Amino acid sequence: MSAALNDLSLAEARDMLGAREVSAQELTDAHLEAMQGAGALNAFVVETADRAHADAVRSDERLGKGEGGILEGIPVAIKDLFCTQGISSTAGSHILEGFLPPYESTVTANMWREGAVMLGKTNMDEFAMGSSNETSFYGPVRNPWRANGDDRDRVPGGSSGGSAAAVAASLCLGATGTDTGGSIRQPAAFTGIVGLKPTYGRCSRWGIVAFASSLDQAGPMTRTVRDAAIMLRAMAGHDPKDSTAVDVAIPDYEAALGRSVKGLRIGIPAEYRIDGTPGEIVELWDEGIAWLKEAGAEIVEVSLPHTKYALPAYYIVAPAEASSNLARYDGVRYGLRHDRDDLTDMYEATRAAGFGAEVKRRILIGTYVLSAGYYDAYYLQAQKVRTLIADDFRNAWNKVDALLTPTTPESAFGIGEKSDDPVAMYLNDIFTVPANMAGLPAISVPAGLSAHGLPLGLQVVGRAFDEETVLQVGHVLERAAAFDHRPAPWWRDQS
Amino acid sequence: MSLDKATVARIARLARVSLPEKDLAPLAEELSGILTWIEQLGEVNTDGVAPMTSVVGHALHHREDQVTDGNCRNDVLANAPESTDGYFVVPKVVE
Repeated sequence: MSAALNDLSLAEARDMLGAREVSAQELTDAHLEAMQGAGALNAFVVETADRAHADAVRSDERLGKGEGGILEGIPVAIKDLFCTQGISSTAGSHILEGFLPPYESTVTANMWREGAVMLGKTNMDEFAMGSSNETSFYGPVRNPWRANGDDRDRVPGGSSGGSAAAVAASLCLGATGTDTGGSIRQPAAFTGIVGLKPTYGRCSRWGIVAFASSLDQAGPMTRTVRDAAIMLRAMAGHDPKDSTAVDVAIPDYEAALGRSVKGLRIGIPAEYRIDGTPGEIVELWDEGIAWLKEAGAEIVEVSLPHTKYALPAYYIVAPAEASSNLARYDGVRYGLRHDRDDLTDMYEATRAAGFGAEVKRRILIGTYVLSAGYYDAYYLQAQKVRTLIADDFRNAWNKVDALLTPTTPESAFGIGEKSDDPVAMYLNDIFTVPANMAGLPAISVPAGLSAHGLPLGLQVVGRAFDEETVLQVGHVLERAAAFDHRPAPWWRDQS
Repeated sequence: MSLDKATVARIARLARVSLPEKDLAPLAEELSGILTWIEQLGEVNTDGVAPMTSVVGHALHHREDQVTDGNCRNDVLANAPESTDGYFVVPKVVE
């Protein structure tokens, strides 16, 4: 008996579709059925079964003629931050409730052109601001994973928590995420899947609801490194509609997999050894170093001296950009409106009702650090520190080809555990934020389980536009870790 | 840096978010906590360091100066909470 169709990897499904051993419609039905039994996870905010059926029929026709794109017939889920034409796109916010975009984001348009089948839109932290998915207006996502002997609900990480949960629970073969400070990699680590944040500029940001424009980047979330390589190729590309989407050739990322890492120099940044990091995270990191050494890589100690300032600098730059980007939600052109007799009162009432607590917090911080008299001390200083962070990486690339670090300082925590302490929540992104500040590609690969049976991830960071090395090293880690654990499907009893 | 209630009320006004009086004190405390944590950036010597303006540093593309979009008024208005005769409608601003 072969595995259930929704438990295949994207690459396996692609090969079976190509060989006509399975139809896109069968594959799609298997996923829609799995979604129906997974309502308890709250991973999806919109399910698009009719669209999925239509897409699958089209894919079967193309495949029958021996045609088809990179993702032909592959059922995927889309983070609700991506605008999808005629399909509700809310960014997890009340203020965009009912918004039906009249256009399609470039990344999703690329995926449909390559034949992907759309299953629905996934839940997320409001406007991608959060590390736990608890700031969503549509309720928290529950992590498919539970600790051993403990049936309390855990967060899936965030902000791409719905996408992560959907991939981990085999509700889709891959999902899009976006990563501003770790929003692909941290949930990937918390749910035992692969998450890749490409280089800033690799994927177009056009049609993705903006959070912090100089940091936001879309990327794939999948169950294997190979799947991420396949999906990135379909998502990436130059776009005249986003001036920061770079016009450089898109390699065949899959071809990088399986290349030996013999002689490759892997940097271990000393500053990521932070006091108070749990022993099991440090041990996993050491194990990762040993795996790469065994595969022939040269391990080099490096220093990234400004690492500890990346997170505080991020919490100036990101809220500053967000406060500016979110000014557009004014109750006039789309979304929620709370009517008042006076225009300014209408703006204020609409925004007070439409934004949640964390979004308001960041809008206020951003407004404050950009306000007269404080700009130099906060924003300008943060952008200078950002230059120093990018210089640290540039210096490291003289000595090494990629860096290996843990993805997160801990495993998935309980729902509600950190909601009262914003700074404690922010610290979850301590290992992921530096790559965003410097625009670099980084992957999280599931590498082991905690003492309580929860997944842990290792992160590989590479040079700008060198996703190939990141994938190549990630693939070696994946094979060495042989992470084949899956969460027990408790959610099926609750739907 | 510690923010007082008046400062929170002022930035909320700048950001066009109305806040009930009872939220001002707890928000002032929360935001002060975040800003105090952020202020460790002050200890970094940035003399002579240029602020980052472009993260990847590539040159921007030029394109032909041509109209590539338009004639989609109904699409633009389709999501408006209120519109009339092809216009967005807002509360009266001129007496």
